[in-house]
Amino acid sequence: MKSMLIAFVAIAVIAVGSNSFLGQAGFSSQEAATGTAVRLDN
Amino acid sequence: MFRALLALMLTLSFLSTAQAQDSPTPDRSATGGAQTLADIMARQNGENVDNDFRSSVTGNPENAADMNGQLGTLGGASDPDLWRAFRFGSADITASNNGPAATTLVQDGGMKWLKLREGPLATYGGYLLSATLALLALFYLIRGRIKIDGEKNGNKITRFKAIERFGHWLLAGSFILLGLTGIISLFGRKVLIPAFGHETFAFLAIGSKWIHNNVSWAFMLGLIMIFVMWVIHNLPDRTDINWLLKGGGIFTKGHPPAKKFNAGQKMIFWSVILLGASISVSGLALLFPFEINMFSATFYKLNSLGISSALGLGELRTTLAPHEEMQYAQLWHAMVSFVLMAIIFAHIYIGTVGMEGAADAMVSGDVEEQWAREHHSIWAEEVSAKTQSKNETATPAE
Repeated sequence: MKSMLIAFVAIAVIAVGSNSFLGQAGFSSQEAATGTAVRLDN
Repeated sequence: MFRALLALMLTLSFLSTAQAQDSPTPDRSATGGAQTLADIMARQNGENVDNDFRSSVTGNPENAADMNGQLGTLGGASDPDLWRAFRFGSADITASNNGPAATTLVQDGGMKWLKLREGPLATYGGYLLSATLALLALFYLIRGRIKIDGEKNGNKITRFKAIERFGHWLLAGSFILLGLTGIISLFGRKVLIPAFGHETFAFLAIGSKWIHNNVSWAFMLGLIMIFVMWVIHNLPDRTDINWLLKGGGIFTKGHPPAKKFNAGQKMIFWSVILLGASISVSGLALLFPFEINMFSATFYKLNSLGISSALGLGELRTTLAPHEEMQYAQLWHAMVSFVLMAIIFAHIYIGTVGMEGAADAMVSGDVEEQWAREHHSIWAEEVSAKTQSKNETATPAE
C-alpha cells in the first residue's frame, strides 16, 4: 500500500516539476513560436 | 478487437489521400488548363482530386513581361499563381514568428482530421471501451469470481518488491489520469460542451490539458521501469503454449503451470510496452509541436516495403504539411490509447474483482502461498526452493 501511495505522490511531484522545468527551459508554446521582437508577458 | 481493427482501417483509408488516379486525365481545354467545374465538384464531394495539373503552376519569372510592360511588375507570377504557391506550400515565405509551421500559410488536412476525430475516432473508440466493459460484465456473470480452489494456509510469499510495485503504480496511476483527461479532451466539443456548457468545459479542458501534458512524464518513467524490471520474466517460452492451449484454465478445472508471469500476463506486458511506447512517441510529437515528424518517414517506409499497396491504400503521400504531421500524430495517439485502455480494463478486472487473491500482489506485495501454487506453480516452487536453501545455509550443521 505504501509503494502505491508513494507512486501517486511521485506522479504529482513529477507533474509539477516537469511543468516548471519545461516552462523555464523555453519549451512553452508561446516562447517556441515567437520571434525575438516579441515581448512575452510584459 | 474487431472495432479496433475497423477504426484502424478507417484511419488508414483516411491516410490514403493521394491514391493513384486510374481515370484518364480530364479535358481542361475549356479553362485553358485551369481547374474545371467538374474538379471543384469532385473536391466538394470529398473525392480524391489529382492536383498535379495546378500545384506546379505557380508562375515563371523567366516568362515575366518587361519591367516597362503592363504586367511587368508581377514578375512572371500572377496572383492566382501566387495563391497556388501558398496553397501547395511552394511559396518562398519569410515570417517574423518562429517555428517550422510559421511559413505554412495554407494546409488542407484540417477538415478531414476534424471530421475523423469527432466522427469515427470518437464513435468507435467509445464503442470499443463500452463493448469491453460489457464483455467483462458478461464474463463476470458467466464465470464469476475466480476463487482460490485449495485451502488457504495463511502463509504468504513475496511476489513483488517495493520498487516493482512503485513502478507499476507510477505507470498505472498516470495511465488512469492520462486516459481520463484524454477522453475529456477528445469528447469535449461533441459531448461535454452540449452537456455541461462552455464554462464548465473550459475549466475541465484547462485542467485536463495541464494534467495530460505534465503527467505524461511519470507514465514514460513508469514504462521504462516496468520494462527494465520485468522484461526478463516476460520472454515467451514453452510453458506459454501449454497455458494458452488450456485457455489459462479459466473455464476448466485445474490450473496450467506458469512461471512468474503466465502467457496472459505476458500479452498484457507486451501490449503495455509496445502500445505504451507508441503512445509515448506520438505524445512527445504532440508535446513539442512540429519538432518530431514521424509520419512522412513512416509513410515512405510503408510505400517502399509495399505494405500500403498490399493493404489497398496505394501510394501514401509522403510530403506532409507540418500541421498534417500533428494531425496524424493526434489520431494515432488516440487510436492506440483506446486499444490500450480496452486491454487495461481487462487487466484491472482480473486484478481486482475477477480473481481472489490477485490484488494482494500489487497492494502489499505478498500473496497467499496457495494462490501462488495454483496460478504460478513453477514460480511458487522456485520461491520455496530458494527459501528452503536459504534456511538450510542459515542453519548451522549439527
